[in-house]
Amino acid sequence: MLGLNRKDAILLLIVAVLALFAPFILNPFPVDSALAQFNAGYPDLMQRFVIFGIFAIGFNILFGLTGYLSFGHAAFLGVGSYSAVWMFKLLSMNVLPALVFSVVIAGLFALVIGYVSLRRSGIYFSILTLAFAQMSFNLAYSVLTPITNGETGLQLALTDPRILDSAQVGGSLPVTSLFGAEMRSAMTLDLAGWSFTFSVGYYLCAIIMLIAFYLSVRLFRSPFGLMLRAIKSNQQRLNYTGLESRPYTLAAFVISGMYAGLAGGLLASMDPLAGADRMQWTASGEVVLMTILGGAGTLIGPVLGAGFIKYFENIFSKINESILHQWFAFLPDGVQDFIVMILYPFIGKGWSLTLGIMFMLVVIFLPGGLVEGGQRIARLFRRTKTTDGDVVSTKTKPAE
Amino acid sequence: MGILEIKNVNKRFGGLQALGNVNLTVMENTVHAIIGPNGAGKSTLLNCLVGKLLPDTGTAMFDGRSVLGKKPHQINQMGISRVFQTPEIFADLSVLENVMIPCFAHRDGSFKINAMSSLMRERDMLDKAEHILEDLNMADKRDMHAGSMSRGDKRRLELAMCLVQEPRLLLLDEPTAGMARADTNNTIDLLKEIKAKRDITMVIIEHDMHVVFSLAERITVMAQGTPLVEDTPDKIKGHPKVKEAYLGEAA
Repeated sequence: MLGLNRKDAILLLIVAVLALFAPFILNPFPVDSALAQFNAGYPDLMQRFVIFGIFAIGFNILFGLTGYLSFGHAAFLGVGSYSAVWMFKLLSMNVLPALVFSVVIAGLFALVIGYVSLRRSGIYFSILTLAFAQMSFNLAYSVLTPITNGETGLQLALTDPRILDSAQVGGSLPVTSLFGAEMRSAMTLDLAGWSFTFSVGYYLCAIIMLIAFYLSVRLFRSPFGLMLRAIKSNQQRLNYTGLESRPYTLAAFVISGMYAGLAGGLLASMDPLAGADRMQWTASGEVVLMTILGGAGTLIGPVLGAGFIKYFENIFSKINESILHQWFAFLPDGVQDFIVMILYPFIGKGWSLTLGIMFMLVVIFLPGGLVEGGQRIARLFRRTKTTDGDVVSTKTKPAE
Repeated sequence: MGILEIKNVNKRFGGLQALGNVNLTVMENTVHAIIGPNGAGKSTLLNCLVGKLLPDTGTAMFDGRSVLGKKPHQINQMGISRVFQTPEIFADLSVLENVMIPCFAHRDGSFKINAMSSLMRERDMLDKAEHILEDLNMADKRDMHAGSMSRGDKRRLELAMCLVQEPRLLLLDEPTAGMARADTNNTIDLLKEIKAKRDITMVIIEHDMHVVFSLAERITVMAQGTPLVEDTPDKIKGHPKVKEAYLGEAA
């Protein structure tokens, strides 16, 4: 199917089903129940899941395949966002030209940064990319203010030209759309105690993510993908086999930069503003965490990692002390206070502590990330099956 | 006219004259061994031929074209493959993938973005890779993790990777270094078999006299960066200059 082998086609199908039914899957609890705060099925968060999924898929093409660890990928995300907002300001509120423009600009930017950074490998490469990203971040904050609007961030204004859109009559800011379908428009389905929201914006992001995922699967299984893995394995042999590693790594860098630009463009399409903090090194580190947490070099890993981290960031951080007291209300007062006191550092603003611990556990015990965890569980099931079979055979043997 | 002609090559590392006026001609379809004691400049010479080092003076022509100043991948694309002292393979990939990489390099040149074609649909390349594995008796290992194989099998795989590109010149840098006797003999047999089956020129750099005398048709003896004698194995065996170079004094 679609030029994929059976296994990959099934994987793509699973991701497609998950993405398209996410409003249901992520909303397992009724609105009124105490667990409703664990529901992640609201458009804003779901958009983040898939957008950062795209970001991580792209990052994985570079890091997972070639082993070059870029610490500056957020720069491309930021460049993508700025490009998209500029398109909204100058051309039209249609997201399509904005996305195309953000991918192109991020690609060009990646070409320049990659050309310089890829002269070195290993830690020096990481530091070079980090330096470039921090440079972009600081420039966006200071001297590039005419383009980036500095600390305030780039926003839409009523006076923007928007040459393709008909002149603005009303007094409110226009909204982003795809040929008339507004990104923020949503439909809510109330079913018994549940409430499911389907937003145009989310589905656009999900479909783009599926396309991005499909392309990355094709790339992984192509001769080009094989060359990238060969670079990770043995560059010396590659060179003496008649292949030049630089153009391959540069191509991988630009492709992953374009993925990041696409993600940035989508972020701006969902919410048309762009700030410099999107380029900060913490944002670059986040995508590294996502990829490693999910499983670097695997197809589905980065998407899982992105979902995992964004879930923690948005859901865990909302649990506060009073909610904890509610949960443990059935306990005697002293015990309740004690448990809340112990758990408190891990929730609310302390969510990153929980995430950090999870990350450490995954890296130490599951170096292949969440995907390896899944594989181990699958293997466990398979093994119990075969041992069952053995038990049967040993039982029948004496009878023979 | 030889397939490889080296003229007046000099290479200096600081105060050390690593290669002094090297002249060497390798005839097509021969197995030419370069021997000599440690520090004789054998490896330096080989590194000059594959683009790792650039000699200070001199010329090195392969099939009428200069190899000096070219990068390793360009030299490989000219038809020169090399085998390393310790087998250099893609340890993280499967055996089949290891062999497919040179297949693509041979067909597509040093760089091509074919990100949308599927590996498993490159029938020609797969056939070619499987054929060479069969040829070298490795067909049963095609899905193995290359890094987990024995040293002898890694060497065999490395040779498969070189041969699948149909090189005209194969450079072997101590192909049996660090191998057990049995593996060494296997490698000798393998190289003999390879030579018997195809038109290929081999240049072997080797310490092990057993290997040299079982394979070589011509032998060049080097000492202190300069070729001393070049002759057939029979004549080299009793040559006084060779004994002198190896034993350090007139024998």
